[in-house]
Amino acid sequence: MSTQLVSEHAAVRRRTARAWAITALGPTTMLGGVVWAFLQPYRVTLLHPHGQGFWWLVIEPQILVVLAGIVFAFLIAPGVLEDLEAEEDGR
Amino acid sequence: MQPAAEFVHWMFATGFLLLGLCLLAQAIVGDEVWRRRPWRAYLWPGLAFLMGVLMWPVMVLYTNSTIHMIAHGSWAQTMMLAGGAELGLARGKLKSRYWHLTMPLAFLVSGTAILLHEQNGWLFARAAFLHHLTGWLIITGAIFPLATVFRPRATVWRSGFALTFVILGVLLYCDRDVAPVFGHISSQAGTPHR
Repeated sequence: MSTQLVSEHAAVRRRTARAWAITALGPTTMLGGVVWAFLQPYRVTLLHPHGQGFWWLVIEPQILVVLAGIVFAFLIAPGVLEDLEAEEDGR
Repeated sequence: MQPAAEFVHWMFATGFLLLGLCLLAQAIVGDEVWRRRPWRAYLWPGLAFLMGVLMWPVMVLYTNSTIHMIAHGSWAQTMMLAGGAELGLARGKLKSRYWHLTMPLAFLVSGTAILLHEQNGWLFARAAFLHHLTGWLIITGAIFPLATVFRPRATVWRSGFALTFVILGVLLYCDRDVAPVFGHISSQAGTPHR
């Protein structure tokens, strides 16, 4: 394999790794919130809402983590990925 | 109707988590890609500034003590200063890279305020323990924004800067009135809650 092909292959691999990392950030965050909810279900107040006040029902850390992941994955990451591909294509 | 302190911590934790994710993405793709869309250049500085603004109601409404008011006020000021400076740099109104030094300054002031405003007598309570952990995290984490002033393209410093916010978010999410591991030591730790 020529040196040029090797360097091009390495460049493609690096680009893919960057895109993969951006794609993974949101879902990883969401997964963190879900795993936390499974590990400590007694802290998800919505699962046993009886007698709980307004804030305990509205502000749930595990759900906030999932929401942060959703915001990043659906509102920020797509544009970043698009611009990353454009830059890699030399556009 | 006023939320307990832990709810405020969790809301700010979400802000810091988003801030960390944005900074991490910027560190991964680089400034050129990140700033291809003008609104994105203002995203995390704007978020930092907004969180500084939102610290003012916290200062006004959570007046547990004078030291709490001073601590919350100093965070509000330094977060607004750092966020505002980053907004100015993103807009091009500010030219000198040394304006980035407002961020490590915000880290140092905020970290010191977090350490000082929590009473040592409450150390057995989870909130106080976490405040001390958070304070030292922010003070030691100041090395990352400081290093990025002089090595702006070094991924390791930029990633460290981003991850400091992510860890800060995690610590704030962990903030509850008492923890089983510490709460049993004294009745002064309060009534255990979720």
